[in-house]
Amino acid sequence: MSLDIQNSEDLPLLQVSNTTKLYGGRIGCKDVSFDLYPGEVLAIVGESGSGKTTLLNCLATRLTPTSGSVNYRNRMGQMRNLYEMSEAERRMLMRTDWGFVHQHPADGLRMTVSAGANVGERLMAVGARHYGNIRDTATDWLGRVEIAEDRIDDDPRAFSGGMRQRLQIARNLVTAPRLVFMDEPTGGLDVSVQARLLDLLRGLVADLGLSVIIVTHDLAVARLLSHRILVMRHGHVIESGLTDQVLDDPQESYTQLLVSSILQP
Amino acid sequence: MTNTPKTKVLVSDLAKSFKMHLRDGLEIPVVSGVNFSVSAGECVVLGGPSGSGKSSILKMIYANYRCQKGQILITDGDEIVNVADATPRRIIRLRETTIGYVSQFLRAIPRVPALTLVAEPLMAQGIAEDEAFERAGNLLSRLNVPERLWQLPPATFSGGEQQRVNIARGFIAHYPILLLDEPTASLDAANRAVVVELVEEKKTQGVAMVGILHDHDVRDAIADRIIDVTSFASAA
Repeated sequence: MSLDIQNSEDLPLLQVSNTTKLYGGRIGCKDVSFDLYPGEVLAIVGESGSGKTTLLNCLATRLTPTSGSVNYRNRMGQMRNLYEMSEAERRMLMRTDWGFVHQHPADGLRMTVSAGANVGERLMAVGARHYGNIRDTATDWLGRVEIAEDRIDDDPRAFSGGMRQRLQIARNLVTAPRLVFMDEPTGGLDVSVQARLLDLLRGLVADLGLSVIIVTHDLAVARLLSHRILVMRHGHVIESGLTDQVLDDPQESYTQLLVSSILQP
Repeated sequence: MTNTPKTKVLVSDLAKSFKMHLRDGLEIPVVSGVNFSVSAGECVVLGGPSGSGKSSILKMIYANYRCQKGQILITDGDEIVNVADATPRRIIRLRETTIGYVSQFLRAIPRVPALTLVAEPLMAQGIAEDEAFERAGNLLSRLNVPERLWQLPPATFSGGEQQRVNIARGFIAHYPILLLDEPTASLDAANRAVVVELVEEKKTQGVAMVGILHDHDVRDAIADRIIDVTSFASAA
């Protein structure tokens, strides 16, 4: 048993090789390659327009890369090229094995149905049918993301920005995904709300052993949450490595500029 | 302990320089030709004035800084790992089980209470939450951090209190190798004495330690050997 766990942890969950996305003649991202292992949190940092979100969308099958391959190890242990799967298979992955947390909660939530239904809907997509169980699980998850039980029947339009983001996280994590993509999950939140969300994410990622790819322009967020970091500029990965090593001893000119541009409060 | 190899850390021909791209690529040499080893149960202190590269050496051993040249061999159970070219995953595993780092500065995490911060390294090694919290409380008591502070996030603590929380976090778990980056700077005499005790306990457990200690009393109390870092000064 322990041998099996050891083996699966030694194999990458996601293998990205030479992923390139061109918009006509312009580069979105170019020749990006890396492996992501189970339980690993990878941050993609860089300024606006550096290609972070393009890369994330290529990995999450929200955009089709121009060239390169992205392979994912499914629950049966098989390595599958995402772009050779059928549309139905990809959709199934997105609903069960994966989560995607958008910067704007409205992009990831259904704003006109209740908070409980937002969470329950993902459960039903993986086959849950018993109303009582679904509601109990939804209540439990709302609690874990610190949303009071008496708000379960309210729809997210009545929620603050921070609450909506926590609800989006609950909706994504309720199906116990193996890989979660996050695009600036703390962007646009004020600092105290951001601190609460980060603390929550840090705990959930550690407790659930999730693999996460998180896009952020905030190096403090990257330091707090990630094990490894990719620094992007003009669509290329210019530096990568252990998060604290890249941030404390940056080698590339652009990374040194990024690190030295942080304001100390 | 019979089969444990004696040498825990072997540093050979290590060199470090900083290239400042924002200063027209100015190259700042730090150290070169660094050679030393540390055995189980031994505390080696790096000596030399500020700016001679002591912290850089410690940070290279922890893989927090990169090195330009040389090897840093770490004994990890039955394996020897060269930190200078290990993968990030290997280094993360080393930091969970094999190498600890006690620094002067606490990186407080918003909303995380002091007690949890201290207990975290134990839980990362798979120790149950109850036991981890109990041991964290005991260590905080020993370091004279009042119990009314345990459930508060340390961001608003005084400098000395933050430092003691950090020392507790650094010492709580067992690592065969422990790096001490001025753990006693700005502590009062009573707490310095506690740190000396903690180091002595680690020695009897066979922990290999590399430290930077400006405080002469503490240094004399715990150092088995002092290595003069100025002998590794880069020719510049």
